[in-house]
Amino acid sequence: MIPTLWYVILAVTLFVIGAAGVLLRRNVLIVLMSLELMLNSVTINLLAFGHVLQDLRGQIIAIFVIAITAAEVAVALGILVALLRNKHTLEVDELTILKG
Amino acid sequence: MEREFFLLLSGVAIISALLVIVARNPVHSALALVACLVQIAAIYVLLGAPFLAVIQIFVYVGAVMVLFLFVIMMLDVRKEAQTRYLKNAAWPGVVVLVVLAAELFVLLTQSARLHAVMGPGQMITEQPSVEKLSLLLFQDFLLPFEVASVVLLVALVGAVVLARPDEATVAGNTDKPDNGGRR
Repeated sequence: MIPTLWYVILAVTLFVIGAAGVLLRRNVLIVLMSLELMLNSVTINLLAFGHVLQDLRGQIIAIFVIAITAAEVAVALGILVALLRNKHTLEVDELTILKG
Repeated sequence: MEREFFLLLSGVAIISALLVIVARNPVHSALALVACLVQIAAIYVLLGAPFLAVIQIFVYVGAVMVLFLFVIMMLDVRKEAQTRYLKNAAWPGVVVLVVLAAELFVLLTQSARLHAVMGPGQMITEQPSVEKLSLLLFQDFLLPFEVASVVLLVALVGAVVLARPDEATVAGNTDKPDNGGRR
């Protein structure tokens, strides 16, 4: 029997690691991968609490999270390919088009 | 026995997640992320959700990470491998991360309400059944399921439209005889 706190601590650790990747890395691809990591840590939380409360709705929400993630990755990589074609860079600090 | 499995899986997951952040080459990051996602799928099995574990491996490792690897191979990433981290925004980012980690740690260790919800943990008493999950998904959550399929369709069309080259550049390329057919 594994304490639920262990699952939540694992999820928090993965979430902070993913946030570090989003905030500190320069490459847009790695930023996207870190976003995947953060979404997965949230899914671990959903499943852990669904397991404790014996409620299947945690798994249902996790399925929807995975589906929406697939859609998000497809659109994000499409944007990224178009961005590289137009701006010829993949680095976060050089992409300042919205600055005006 | 369960605890040892959990410690092994979560240790490997955390180490490979750190590798995602630290690795210089994006291909290494993607492979480390694949390892991390497989460990998380195994943790789903420990949580009594084998269907979610299979879905995780199919969708994440099979589709999403292969898409990432395709994009990495299509784009030239060798120039970007020189500097890994942001220069200017590094210190505010570190401060935000430290505050976030401290907040979450204090919340987890001090919150009595959260501990009351979590309790001592749950045995895997009965064999988890996909049947109940599917009944719930296709009866109570049928409308969100259909909406998710429409969202996936829109994302598919959007990705194709976004990644397609502009009309002007296509017209310019087809004028030249030497690279006709290649976009």
